[in-house]
Amino acid sequence: MRLHIDWTACDGRGVCTELLEEMLTEDDWGYPVLRDGKGEIPRALDGAARRAVDRCPRLALKLTQQ
Amino acid sequence: MTSVAEAPTGRVEQRLLDGEVGLDAHLARHGRLPILDSSQIIGMARDAGLTGRGGAGFPVWRKLSAVAQAGGAAVVVANAAEGEPASRKDRALLAYQPNLVLDGLQLAAAATRAKAAHLYAPKAALPALRRLLVARRTAGLDRLEVTLHAAPDAFVSGEESAVVSAINGTGAVPADKRIRIIQAGVGGAPTLVQNVETLAHLALIARYGAGWFLTAGTADEPGTFLATVSGAVRRPGVIEAGYGVPLGDLIAAAGGATMPLQAVLIGGYHGGWVPADPALPVSRRALEPFGASPGAGVVVALPANACGLGETARIAGYLADQVAGQCGPCINGLPRMAATLADLAARRPRPGLPAEVERLARLVSGRGACRHPDGTARLVLSAMRAFEADVVAHLHGRCLATEGHR
Repeated sequence: MRLHIDWTACDGRGVCTELLEEMLTEDDWGYPVLRDGKGEIPRALDGAARRAVDRCPRLALKLTQQ
Repeated sequence: MTSVAEAPTGRVEQRLLDGEVGLDAHLARHGRLPILDSSQIIGMARDAGLTGRGGAGFPVWRKLSAVAQAGGAAVVVANAAEGEPASRKDRALLAYQPNLVLDGLQLAAAATRAKAAHLYAPKAALPALRRLLVARRTAGLDRLEVTLHAAPDAFVSGEESAVVSAINGTGAVPADKRIRIIQAGVGGAPTLVQNVETLAHLALIARYGAGWFLTAGTADEPGTFLATVSGAVRRPGVIEAGYGVPLGDLIAAAGGATMPLQAVLIGGYHGGWVPADPALPVSRRALEPFGASPGAGVVVALPANACGLGETARIAGYLADQVAGQCGPCINGLPRMAATLADLAARRPRPGLPAEVERLARLVSGRGACRHPDGTARLVLSAMRAFEADVVAHLHGRCLATEGHR
C-alpha cells in the first residue's frame, strides 16, 4: 500500500507528520514530504498510516493500492 | 556530442499544414474519412507508433484502448488549450486545418465508442469552429455532435484534469490524480483528452495508413510534429518536421538565426536548455541526455549576448505567477525558487545560493496535483547546468554572456 497526498486538499496542518514521522517530514512551509519520495508503507507502519489517514482534518491523506 | 550517434532522419516536411484552407479544399484533397471500427483505429494508431503531441508523448493507442475498455459511455475531448506562451502550433492548426482535428476527434470517438465529444479551445477560435461544425453537419461528416468550450488563457488550463474540470464547470484547474480521468472524467464518464495535433495525425493515418506515417521521423519516434520556433530567428513561426530533424534545419526554416546563438530552449517553459548545436536531432532520444524532450514542439533560440540565467529567471517568475493556487508546495515553493534564481541572475550572490536553487527545485518536484512544479523545476535545473559557467561568473559579480567574455 502507498500513502497518497491530495495536494489540492492539504493545507499543511501537520497532523500527519506528527503521527507518522517515520514516513513524513515537513518542508519549509509545514507541508508533508514523503521521506522515500514514493509513499510505500512498510508493513510495520500499516496501523500508524491508517491512523494518520483517519485524522487528517482536511481528508487529504489517502491509502492507495498502486 | 558523441552520445548522439544515431543519424537524424527527420526533415522539414509539411503533412498536417499542407494544402489549401477550407472544407471544400479539405474534402478535395483528403476525401471523407473511411469507415473504421474501434479495433481498426486502435490498431492503426499502434502500428503507426503515434504518440501524444501535447507534451507528454504517451502512446495514443494505449490511451484509446484504456478508455474503450473502461466500461460505460465514454467521452472524448480535443484539447486545443495552448497556455504555453512560446507555443502557437495548436492555434495555427485550428486556423489552417481544423477539419483534420475534427476528423480525428470523430475517429477517437469511434475508437472509444464515445457518446459525447467536446472541443476545448481558446475563445478567439470558437466562432470559426462553430460555423465549420454547421458546415460539416450539413455535409454529413460528423456522426457525433461536438460541443465547444472556451479554454481560459492560463498556463495550466490545458493540463488534462484541468480540461475535464473546465468542462465539468468547476474551473480550469488541475485535480488530484488518485482517480484517473480515463476512469472518471467528464460527468464521471471514462474520458479521453487528446491534443488537437495528435487528433489531426490520426485523421491522416486513417486515410493514408500507418506505413505512410512511418516514412517520416525516426524508427523509434515516427511521424512529423509541429514546432513553434521563436527567439533570435528571422521568421518566427510554426514549422512541421519529422522527429529527429536537426536543430539547425528548424532554425533555418525559421529564416535562420539573427546572431550567434548561445543555447536553445526545447519543449517550452517546462522544457530544458540544450546547446545550440545545428546537428542535434530533435527527438526524445537525442534530447534526453540534456534532460529535455521535444515536448509540444517549442524551440526558443537564445542569442549569445543574452544571459541564460536572466531569461530562465524571467520564465520561472512567470511560471510562479501561473500557479493555480491549490497546492501548498507549488504556491510557496515556486515563488521562492524563482526569487532565488532571480537573485543569482541579478548577481546578488550570497553563500550557498546555487545549492539553494537546486534544493528548492528538488523540494517542489512530485508534490502537486499536476506537473507544474516538476516542469518548472526541470527548467531551472537545466539552466543551472547549461549556464554553469555563468553561474560561477555571477557569484563573482560578472556575466559572461552580457559582458561578451564567452
